[in-house]
Amino acid sequence: MNLPGDINLTTALSVWRRNKTEYSHSWMTNILPNFFDPVLYLLGMGLGLGMFVGRGVGGLTYIEYIAPGLMAASAMQGASFETTYNVFVKMNFARLYDAYLATPALIQDIAFGELLWAVTRGLIYGMAFMIVLGGFTLFGHRILISPFAVLLPVAMALTATMFALIGLTFTASIRNINYYGFYYTLWLTPLFLFSGIFFPLNDPKIAGGHGETIAWFTPLFHCVRLMRALAQGPLDWTHAASALIVLGVIAALFVIVPRRMRRRMVS
Amino acid sequence: MADPAVKAVNLRKNYGDFVAVDGIDFEIQRGECFGFLGPNGAGKTTTMRMIYRASPVGSGSLLILGHEAAQGHRDRAIKGRIGVVPQEDNLDTELTLRENLQVFARFYGLSKAQAATRTDELLEFVQLREKADAKAFQLSGGMKRRALIARGLLGDPELLVLDEPTTGLDPQARINLWERLRDLKRKQATLILTTHYMDEAEQLCDRLVIMDKGKIVAQGAPKALIREHVSSHVVEVAVSAQSGRLQSNGRVETPGVSSDGVVASVSELTSMAKRHEQHHDRLLLYVDNGEEVVTRAAQLLPDAETLLRRSTLEDVFLKITGRGLIE
Repeated sequence: MNLPGDINLTTALSVWRRNKTEYSHSWMTNILPNFFDPVLYLLGMGLGLGMFVGRGVGGLTYIEYIAPGLMAASAMQGASFETTYNVFVKMNFARLYDAYLATPALIQDIAFGELLWAVTRGLIYGMAFMIVLGGFTLFGHRILISPFAVLLPVAMALTATMFALIGLTFTASIRNINYYGFYYTLWLTPLFLFSGIFFPLNDPKIAGGHGETIAWFTPLFHCVRLMRALAQGPLDWTHAASALIVLGVIAALFVIVPRRMRRRMVS
Repeated sequence: MADPAVKAVNLRKNYGDFVAVDGIDFEIQRGECFGFLGPNGAGKTTTMRMIYRASPVGSGSLLILGHEAAQGHRDRAIKGRIGVVPQEDNLDTELTLRENLQVFARFYGLSKAQAATRTDELLEFVQLREKADAKAFQLSGGMKRRALIARGLLGDPELLVLDEPTTGLDPQARINLWERLRDLKRKQATLILTTHYMDEAEQLCDRLVIMDKGKIVAQGAPKALIREHVSSHVVEVAVSAQSGRLQSNGRVETPGVSSDGVVASVSELTSMAKRHEQHHDRLLLYVDNGEEVVTRAAQLLPDAETLLRRSTLEDVFLKITGRGLIE
């Protein structure tokens, strides 16, 4: 079966299945660090720092305020790790894509298979973290309180898809694995810190009151506000706009990534 | 005659200014084992990569199993019918051997059950059943290469491309691998292989081309090539071994022996040969009357090492290019 962009689903799913097979060997060392990451932030920042943020934010306690955004960060990190280091090693060191390309698979199938896997992994982390948040909610924290919270996995999938594609774009553009230092330190970490997870960007003290305007041009911000609105409300048309922006980025990169990878791999 | 498995007409490929494949023509029939022989950098691997559709055709025509590959849009159909055994080991080191094969079988559209059955059959065929649950990195070089052959056969290919299948293997592993390839030949598989070992080409190939610097310099059946280009036998005289150094000008320095005497002997021997060549300290005499020449050489130069052997493809290559295959 072929999808748009001449993507063959059989070979793409074979790429996905290979990753699942490897993952089944190594999930103990693979899943746990990624899963603990947002949980530690939730405890350290939410509970710890939260004790000193007495008035909370917008009527929520500090842990309640940061929890939905950490879900977005979790999906971002799961998908990013997969499409940065893991894809780079498979493509350049293990020469695994050369082996894939000797089968009926074409570049776009490989890219799509890796994308599917990165989203799977982003969803695994995001969902695991959501279960933790469900526990906090049961104990009286107002975290997953809107009925629209059932749509959170969709928002996670969108987040993971966008960051998987951004990661693939970067990976297809570099020849040295050390460049990920820049990607993580100068791209993912600032997004994590300044996308409205930990403090509201519309405060007049931030960037002369333009914080949110600037953030509208960055990717994680939209994911964070979607998660927050789905978990705690209120939802309005601006969230539809955020979802459309994320979908637009996804659509554009969906076209760009196979081309970049082809230029990188085929000579 | 049935249409050929592969037919190349004026096939070219450049990488920047470097001409990797420089306008070659060849035709590979179904059911034959066809070899590409040549030194490193001759263009063999580039040609293979164009055949198994890892690399776009530079220019010219390349017809593979009835599909024109030059346009590129038939790649999926072509690749589904070709098996590839690459030069570099790219087994999936994170997976076991069995998982490697089962995972790759799915790329050819096999169901999970079919993939398991096919994996077992192929592990049997390459004699790696007892290694099925070992991680790929735990296998020896010869086992890895056999595993790659098994992987190349997963799609039940009409055409198997092997790029230097025995490079880097010890003699025992080579012989084992040759046996597997002979099994495939008995099943009428079409095999294409590259090698820089002339014995391998002679042992396995029905027909072959010899490549050098991107061009085909000779082609035909191994025996016919030898017959056509060189005499049936070669007498090798290693003059340096005991009797002194054979100089590039043909003079010989030999302690205790008049060098003029050796020179006279050498010129008598070369006059008996159809053709001769000198490489370093070694004199190669291309002869049809091998016994006679080797006896005479032993009389004239009793201290030199003399050897009578059949001519090989190496001699053909040497004659055509003036260089050895493995330098």
